[in-house]
Amino acid sequence: MALALMEGNEAIARGAVAAGCRFFAGYPITPATTILNHMLAMLPPLGGVCIQGEDEIASIGFCLGASMAGVKAMTATSGPGISLYSEQISFAIGSEIPIVIVDIQRLGPSTGSATRGADGDVQFLQWGNSGGLPVIVLAPTDVTDCYTLTVHAFNLAERYRCPVFVASNKEIAMTRESLDLERLTPPAPVDRVAPPPDQPFLPFQASDGEGVPGFLPIGGRIPVRQTSSTHGPDGFITTDPSEITRALTRMQSKINSAADQVAMVDHHPAEDAETLIVTYGVSSRAAGAAVRELQRRGKPTSLLVLKTLWPVPAAAIRRAAGGVQRILAVEMNLGQYVREIERILPGQAVGFCGQMDGRLIAPETIVEAVIHG
Amino acid sequence: MDSLLNAARPPVFCPGCSHERITHTLDKAFQTMGLGGERIAMVSDIGCSGLFDTFFNTHAFHGLHGRALTYAAGLKLVRPELTVVVTMGDGGQGIGGAHLLAACRRNLDLTLLVLNNFNFGMTGGQYSATTPPDAEVGSGFLNRLEQPLDICGVARAAGAPYVVRCSAYRSDIAEVIRKAVEFKGFSVVDIWGICPGRFSKRNRLTTKGIEEMLSRLTPFEGQVPENQRREFGEHYRELAAAQKTVPPPQAITSAFAPVSCDRQEVIMLGSAGQRIITAGEILCLAGLHAGLNATQKNDYDITVLRGPSISEMILSPQAIDCTSIQRPSVVVALGPEGVARRRKMFAALDDTGTVIQAVGVDVPAGRARTHRVDFKGQGFKGTDWALASLGVLSKLGVVIRPEMLEAALTARLKGDALAGALEVVCRVAPGEWL
Repeated sequence: MALALMEGNEAIARGAVAAGCRFFAGYPITPATTILNHMLAMLPPLGGVCIQGEDEIASIGFCLGASMAGVKAMTATSGPGISLYSEQISFAIGSEIPIVIVDIQRLGPSTGSATRGADGDVQFLQWGNSGGLPVIVLAPTDVTDCYTLTVHAFNLAERYRCPVFVASNKEIAMTRESLDLERLTPPAPVDRVAPPPDQPFLPFQASDGEGVPGFLPIGGRIPVRQTSSTHGPDGFITTDPSEITRALTRMQSKINSAADQVAMVDHHPAEDAETLIVTYGVSSRAAGAAVRELQRRGKPTSLLVLKTLWPVPAAAIRRAAGGVQRILAVEMNLGQYVREIERILPGQAVGFCGQMDGRLIAPETIVEAVIHG
Repeated sequence: MDSLLNAARPPVFCPGCSHERITHTLDKAFQTMGLGGERIAMVSDIGCSGLFDTFFNTHAFHGLHGRALTYAAGLKLVRPELTVVVTMGDGGQGIGGAHLLAACRRNLDLTLLVLNNFNFGMTGGQYSATTPPDAEVGSGFLNRLEQPLDICGVARAAGAPYVVRCSAYRSDIAEVIRKAVEFKGFSVVDIWGICPGRFSKRNRLTTKGIEEMLSRLTPFEGQVPENQRREFGEHYRELAAAQKTVPPPQAITSAFAPVSCDRQEVIMLGSAGQRIITAGEILCLAGLHAGLNATQKNDYDITVLRGPSISEMILSPQAIDCTSIQRPSVVVALGPEGVARRRKMFAALDDTGTVIQAVGVDVPAGRARTHRVDFKGQGFKGTDWALASLGVLSKLGVVIRPEMLEAALTARLKGDALAGALEVVCRVAPGEWL
């Protein structure tokens, strides 16, 4: 055992560097700022670049340029910054630019409370883009997840050429925690794939019209076009409805059809459980404590922790919900992800236990919600 | 060199648009420079200027309105060898003004061509940041109320080292553009032209009229002497190369037996400036040296030199789930602001709890055992009380022991700071139970 003590934000920065991130741009905002600090300490000596942008729009814009130039790029902010990123996020989705976007969620709405946590952005991250195409969102539960899921986030961004969000929370980001360095099991880094060399290069041509286009960098030997306009495989603007349909359907399907591969969940079934708790992020930890207490009180309860929020790990949720009488969604907001659970489990009883007042949900609150519903 | 114009996609501007003239002169400038298309990135955004990237057989990046300079910066920082030319309209200068200012201040080697035709051509000729107040445009009377932006004056004030203001109809415009592209640093070329589709439909504007307007303004013809300095990218790489590599996280192996096999919750209540957070970190490191898991959650106001400072630590042989403290095993009361914020907590303590109370700090009555320490009387500075309180805990054998604390201090501190800290925790007298 080799224990280290670090906050979640440092773990995200270290995970990013391990994943091969060599470009970071951000704008200071509590509780995400320490990611910028750590990236600034780590990237320049490695030959990478870390920049403080003039605002959030510039910060993510730098990253989109850098990513198209061929390097792995990341930015980090909190809810107010995600609002400012929004148009650039839509660009990254529609123009298939790999990027990792960290959202250290804080209590909203608006500027809200800079030093209080919440999980109030989980629908916003999926739907805060024009056009409504699917995105990938991962949610860490602790400092170890911050490291590992950040590596996963880069791998998914590279593999699917899309923005991938790490939806953390002030309560993980700025809480120092021990982690066992010998038990970190990040996946091997994945890099974006070049197109087949024997065919003429088209920047948005996926093989057989399905999946993910091969990537060539801007600045390489072959001129590359990138555009935020509605485009065909050649990267030029198009108004042809069938070409538009092909492109948008392909982009929707490359994420949605990968839902099972992208799904990361921890399922802890309990024998004779009547209730399944479905939760994510820092609330998973209180839920774990609640499940132990419920077991002690003779109320065995199952637990499903979602580490992938989008695309919704529907198959895993359905599997875990089989055989229980009731599902309880626990989240640090006024009821957001519970909508997804209700949507994919029609006819099943779904309850909600939420709180958004700057405090962590206490295990006892969850115990009460399971017992008294 | 051959033309870099895309023969399959000729310019599609309105007849008489000055943008078409600039398209051809830019191509001429590239030819004179002998650059192949793979060595150039054209970066554009929204509006008629945003069509430019489609006319050239170069790398191309077309993005959001007013944000072209942000993508260009990312490209150039990653690929310093690439020639990056940005085309934006006068509209882009308005919506992306912050990026113009920052680009001027930064001095990254980019060329910004402002295709300035005094209105939003694509959306119906609305007024832009450069529309003259006496023009008739698609925004009713609104342009009469605002002063047009002097792009070049702003660029100079913001630190741009190379600024040109000129007419699109100037005979040597290709040379003007070439020199701007070749300048090593951020160059701005504000090119005034005619929008026949919108602006000159309602306003009499001729090439001669543009010359007259320009002649009434401060001329900008290239290098701005007071703004000459090093190019950002080159300077960045030089400074970056001199930075020290960050070591991997410090790994701590268990060397001592823990004081307790139960979860221990410690809360330290103090005031800003008392180094509460550092003491909390050291307590956690002490726990790690006994193989315990640890968490530290802090609470302080945005004004870091005033107000409460609170640190909540949990040490446990088991995995730590919820990181907030409900009923602490130990409360260390070092400052009135911290105590005031957690007043309610004292009533919840039972007789298994311990309170370490600094003399001079009042705490609410409760059932916990209280241990009073006169840090001030022992000659400790306020900044050392938190650290000294760890010495008290270790001497009492509560949560930590002296050898755990010493190992934690050795792991966290170096040199004089370490010697000073060891002196504090050794010297502190543990005080008395009340």
